[in-house]
Amino acid sequence: MWNYSEKVREHFFSPRNAKPVEQANATGDVGSIACGDALSLTLKVNPSNETIEEAGFQTFGCGSAIASSSALTEMIIGRTLDEALKLTNQDIADYLDGLPPEKMHCSVMGMEALHAAIADYRGEELEDDHEEGELICKCFAIDDVMIKKVVQQNGLSSLEDVIHYTKAGGACATCHEKIEWVLSECLQESAKAPELVSELPAVDPDQPLSIVAKVRLVEQALEKIRPQLQADGGDVQLNDIDDDMVFVTLTGACSGCGFSHATLAMIEDAVSKVLGQAVTVYPTALGSSAAASEQEAS
Amino acid sequence: MSEAKPVYLDNNATTQVAVPVLEAMLPFISEYYGNPSSIHGFGAPVAAALEKAREQVQQFLGAEHSTEIVFTSCATEASNTAILSALEAYPDRKEIITSTVEHPATLDLCKQLERKGYTVHWIGVNNKGRLYMLAFQEALSERVAVISLMWANNETGSLFPIRGLAEQAKEYDVLFHCDAVQVAGKMPIQLSGSGIDMLSISGHKFHGPKGVGALYLRRGLKYRPLFRGGHQERGRRAGTENVAGIVGLGKAAELAQQAIEQDTARIRLLRDRLEMGLLARVPFSVVTGNPQQRVPNTSNVAFEYVEGESILLMLNQYGIAASSGSACTSGSLEPSHVMKAMDVPYTAAHGAIRFSLSRYTTDEDIDRVLEVLPEIISRLRLMSPYWDAAKGEPKEQQFQPQYA
Repeated sequence: MWNYSEKVREHFFSPRNAKPVEQANATGDVGSIACGDALSLTLKVNPSNETIEEAGFQTFGCGSAIASSSALTEMIIGRTLDEALKLTNQDIADYLDGLPPEKMHCSVMGMEALHAAIADYRGEELEDDHEEGELICKCFAIDDVMIKKVVQQNGLSSLEDVIHYTKAGGACATCHEKIEWVLSECLQESAKAPELVSELPAVDPDQPLSIVAKVRLVEQALEKIRPQLQADGGDVQLNDIDDDMVFVTLTGACSGCGFSHATLAMIEDAVSKVLGQAVTVYPTALGSSAAASEQEAS
Repeated sequence: MSEAKPVYLDNNATTQVAVPVLEAMLPFISEYYGNPSSIHGFGAPVAAALEKAREQVQQFLGAEHSTEIVFTSCATEASNTAILSALEAYPDRKEIITSTVEHPATLDLCKQLERKGYTVHWIGVNNKGRLYMLAFQEALSERVAVISLMWANNETGSLFPIRGLAEQAKEYDVLFHCDAVQVAGKMPIQLSGSGIDMLSISGHKFHGPKGVGALYLRRGLKYRPLFRGGHQERGRRAGTENVAGIVGLGKAAELAQQAIEQDTARIRLLRDRLEMGLLARVPFSVVTGNPQQRVPNTSNVAFEYVEGESILLMLNQYGIAASSGSACTSGSLEPSHVMKAMDVPYTAAHGAIRFSLSRYTTDEDIDRVLEVLPEIISRLRLMSPYWDAAKGEPKEQQFQPQYA
């Protein structure tokens, strides 16, 4: 049985607002019956100040799905739509004193229902970016869909690459065999697919690159890495290139992240590949350059 | 947990160790600590105890010789050993036949062998869980090294016609392995004279201890061990024996053999009363699997429009233990592969609950479930977006969430 927090149990056994709101003016129906989760969120929004006056839910799902739905309604009642939109699934999980990693998708479903309901109220179309696969890495909650996407985008070919690029398997290592299975599936698929022509120009090792060409190549490499960093709430910025040294700044969630060394290693890999030479990537503070850091050193 | 006596209806997961089993085991954890392979006086009584257990299991399985029994650490080891042995003994045969509803011990091994280049014929089942016999016959050929099929399904209790299948395998000289974990202790097993070459059982499914199982290997069978090392189990399974566990398994086998005659009819009555009572009290509930052909202790009932884990959590609140093949209890997002193989609709598959009884199940246990479960289902249905609370039936227009 799952090790649910007291808060999850409490919200499961005595759910709040577990019924559709009468005279609701916003509805968000999300989930997938195939995965065993479905949530219908109904809201009564005051049109004069866009405040959520009532919220109700109906959920088909496990204990944490029901608890997440219940928590969500408690968290959004009394807030304006813009305030509610700032909530993340992590906020729902935190409100419940945490969820097991396998159950984090329940909090995601809550957030999606909220977004769908608000889009419904505002008459907007909601973009469907929902895809969920088999959970591979339980430590960092990374599924096979995510791994496949990153492997294909970056042409990864080894377990170590996958660890560097996605963090999957970077902690307890029990999922390494599963990662290798996903990887070999991807490699088989890409072997079947027609050879993709590299978008990057071939680098002639005898012909030294101009600094402008170097910057363009490095920026292209960073552009490919950026989506993964942004998925984790971070980003990267190129500051300077000096011979075989590349200076970057990790921003957002990446700055100070315990895995920044892995991120830097990944950037170093990618940049070395496009430049056709081994480079070292150094993290620097925003705005500083090679010259500035030299001055600091002297 | 409530104050009332707990109700344990999860005996297909594991069972309570019988008191005589524990009593038989204890001396082999304390005073009889000798190594059965030793020549001296410490080893001899221990070796004798192993041989007694071997005979008890032989009787239990209706095997011709006690030497056909090899003790293992569990049924997963036994099944892995059987399949891998066949592949190694017949290296020219690169195909395997199994079904889509096997236990992970077989399923995951066969998936791995598929990755390694073997051809696996996955035989499907119909919506009652019956094996597609034509597909089985078509897959049979001299290229097949081993057939591995379960006798009774762990989730639904449905039976495969194992004896007939094993006979058909003989036409092509294909080794036949049977995962008998869920029939052992529930129905008599008569191996001698059957076409079964190898068979796996697990002690803790019939009131024996965990950590011990047995593999039946028909005499004269071509066999390759999985573990290599010492000469234990006549070189068929190296490693110092789990003596107390084996003694417990032997005792449990002896008790189960007696119990099959004495208790089966009563267990079946209890199971049927539970099942009919639930179907009568809870609308939109269905029995999954094949009710005509199944082990007497198992009932799998799907409660439509509600999810299994929620049901189990609420049952647990009343001290009732059952299980579900629901995705959410296993940590995956897909419902049980058995429900999927039988094409049970998702709205029902996620709400499938397995009740598995034992000889310790009482009338009061059944009454208790019949008393609390209907109320739990109504409560959860009130919360379900698929349910029309006002009318007390599924919504006319089925709920269609986005991303579905």
